Amino acid sequence: MRAYQRKLDIKNGCVDLSHGSGGRAMAQLISGLFHEAFGNEWLARGNDQSAFDVGDGRMVMTTDGYVVSPLFFPGGDIGSLAVHGTVNDIAMAGARPLYLSASFIIEEGFRFCDLKTIAESMGEAARVAGVHIITGDTKVVERGKADGLFISTAGVGVVPDGLDLSAENARVGDRVLISGTLGDHGVAIMSKRQNLTFETEIVSDSAPLNDLVAEMVEAGGRGIRLMRDPTRGGLAATLNEIAHQSGLGFHLIEEQIPVKPGVAAACELLGLDPLHVANEGKLVAIVAPDVAGAVLAAMRGHRLGRDAADIGEAVADDHHFVQMATSFGGGRIVDWLSGEQLPRIC
Amino acid sequence: MKYADEFRDKAIALGLAKTIEAETDPGRPYRFMEFCGGHTHAISRYGLEDLLPKNVRMIHGPGCPVCVLPAGRIDMAIRLAERPEVILCVYGDLMRVPGSQGASLLKAKARGADIRMVYSTIDAVRIAEENAGREIVFFAIGFETTTPPTAVMIRLAEKKQLENFSVFCNHVLTPPAMQNILESPDIRKIGRIEIDGFVGPAHVSTIIGTAPYEFFAEEFGKPVVIAGFEPLDMMQAILMLVRQVNENRHEVENQYSRAVTRDGNLRAKEEVSDIFELRDQFEWRGLGQVPYSGLKLKRTYAKYDAEVRFGMSELRVDDNPACECGAILRGVKKPVDCKLFGTVCTPETPMGSCMVSSEGACAAHWTYGRFRDHQQRRAS
Repeated sequence: MRAYQRKLDIKNGCVDLSHGSGGRAMAQLISGLFHEAFGNEWLARGNDQSAFDVGDGRMVMTTDGYVVSPLFFPGGDIGSLAVHGTVNDIAMAGARPLYLSASFIIEEGFRFCDLKTIAESMGEAARVAGVHIITGDTKVVERGKADGLFISTAGVGVVPDGLDLSAENARVGDRVLISGTLGDHGVAIMSKRQNLTFETEIVSDSAPLNDLVAEMVEAGGRGIRLMRDPTRGGLAATLNEIAHQSGLGFHLIEEQIPVKPGVAAACELLGLDPLHVANEGKLVAIVAPDVAGAVLAAMRGHRLGRDAADIGEAVADDHHFVQMATSFGGGRIVDWLSGEQLPRIC
Repeated sequence: MKYADEFRDKAIALGLAKTIEAETDPGRPYRFMEFCGGHTHAISRYGLEDLLPKNVRMIHGPGCPVCVLPAGRIDMAIRLAERPEVILCVYGDLMRVPGSQGASLLKAKARGADIRMVYSTIDAVRIAEENAGREIVFFAIGFETTTPPTAVMIRLAEKKQLENFSVFCNHVLTPPAMQNILESPDIRKIGRIEIDGFVGPAHVSTIIGTAPYEFFAEEFGKPVVIAGFEPLDMMQAILMLVRQVNENRHEVENQYSRAVTRDGNLRAKEEVSDIFELRDQFEWRGLGQVPYSGLKLKRTYAKYDAEVRFGMSELRVDDNPACECGAILRGVKKPVDCKLFGTVCTPETPMGSCMVSSEGACAAHWTYGRFRDHQQRRAS
């Protein structure tokens, strides 16, 4: 049965208030655009929710909102980011991500063709990550009430038995491993901001890390104390957070921290520190020294961990400082970023 | 990164550190002030202190234009931005600078003022062209380095016959502030200033040249070495200062000869003197009123002067009485000597000028160097 008279005019059409009003137009948008892009058995049943089976192990759940500007950037778009970000938050528990929900808040006038590109990019990102988008929601707001499109995704996954990654597991002497170069995402976004356009080859590192994590867990098992993805606030924020939660400090070696020359140059130009710049496809792992070598080798053997590096160690420090031996030969603190570097980076 | 990494070479740095160590007299202190925030940032960012002998101390001067902007000027800008017809264009690092009673441009923007962050003066001109029905005001701030771009912008506005464009001028000058550090009446309150030499500005000197410091070196008997902002520039400049002190010389020397000449950028100086003139005095947060240290637009350009155009009245706000910025900026006290440091005054909630931007003495110490306080305490 076809409930709609006319096909969505993807090429020239745009979202209007009727697409969020619960009527026929909304149903057509959902089935014609989202179901098409996400295509799976759960959505095909057309229920307001989806039931699914989970295997053994504890479940993890996470949620995240995506308001990145611009919506399309070198290396990705808000759609792929909304999948990767949530998949990675689940993966950082050592878990296997399974299912996602996706909620869209769309500004009236948003072009169908852009929405389709974004939905297809989400669908593709989900397929690559091995997760399914099994439930969702669409709302349309008046012009001026949202900046084009906001997406919110939630996700569930399952942690293998015996694995419990958490900051309080960290111990003095643990190694700090990073999966690759820092600051790629932030610089890629900044290069496309209005008023700030500069030429760079840098593309966002936005990527799903669950496969890399699975290999690390295989190699390091319970020797992996915890993992985090250094998104907003960069590596500096993540390590300061871990230092406070674990009651330890960190000593880093600047020369060991991988940063692409293009990112270093852009940061130089803009007066930023690559350690404060956001990543969307990198992780930092605190790992027991006896398995650090094996975990690092596993990371380097994976496509997303080729530039992985051992950048320092956890130390006893009542002040929970993250300190760094600079490449110049001095020492300094790597502090949280004060204030805001750039809004709406993810 | 070409042309940057060469000036950050560890092996050369360690070599220079050895020479400095060998040439300093362990029996006397060497107290050098780096005037510029850019230098302060480099010292902290690269951990330069760890490479210097214990008796060489760097004093972080007031050369951060954001830091020294008084709260009253921020309040004036907020009032201006609250006018419905005004779009205020500012550089991003001004957004968090505290005005009186916790006000800031960031908070004013959140309450609805139309404040836009720009990255160059040209952006402000473009915004003026795109918004014919509104009044566009550019919040001009900075030392001699950023004044020429403001001058170019005013010329551009004139050429394009923009009727909706003006400048809130807060440009300040380096030499009068350096002089003020050594001879302000406040010194009677603060105590003896003990500075053995100055690391002179990098970018500022590319514009004004080295000549303006000659009077200063002669009059006050203090060596001045103009230095670039890279860490090796700093190390070399410190060595040059050590040598001047040892040899009892007080000259202006130019370490940054790859960018700075004796006369500076004549074209830029000409543009600036065509459009701007000296104010009798200008307030610096932390230093107070400094004679002949600020610029305003000449009367011929009054239509581009926001203070004239909007009849803005001067607002004065006293610094927190417990704030030690004046003494810290002159090297009489260290950040940790201030009761407010790290307690109520942090980079998130700055009370005084030194905490406002990462180039300020207190913010640099808090952000990059505070681990040394605990090391020292443990050692003693």
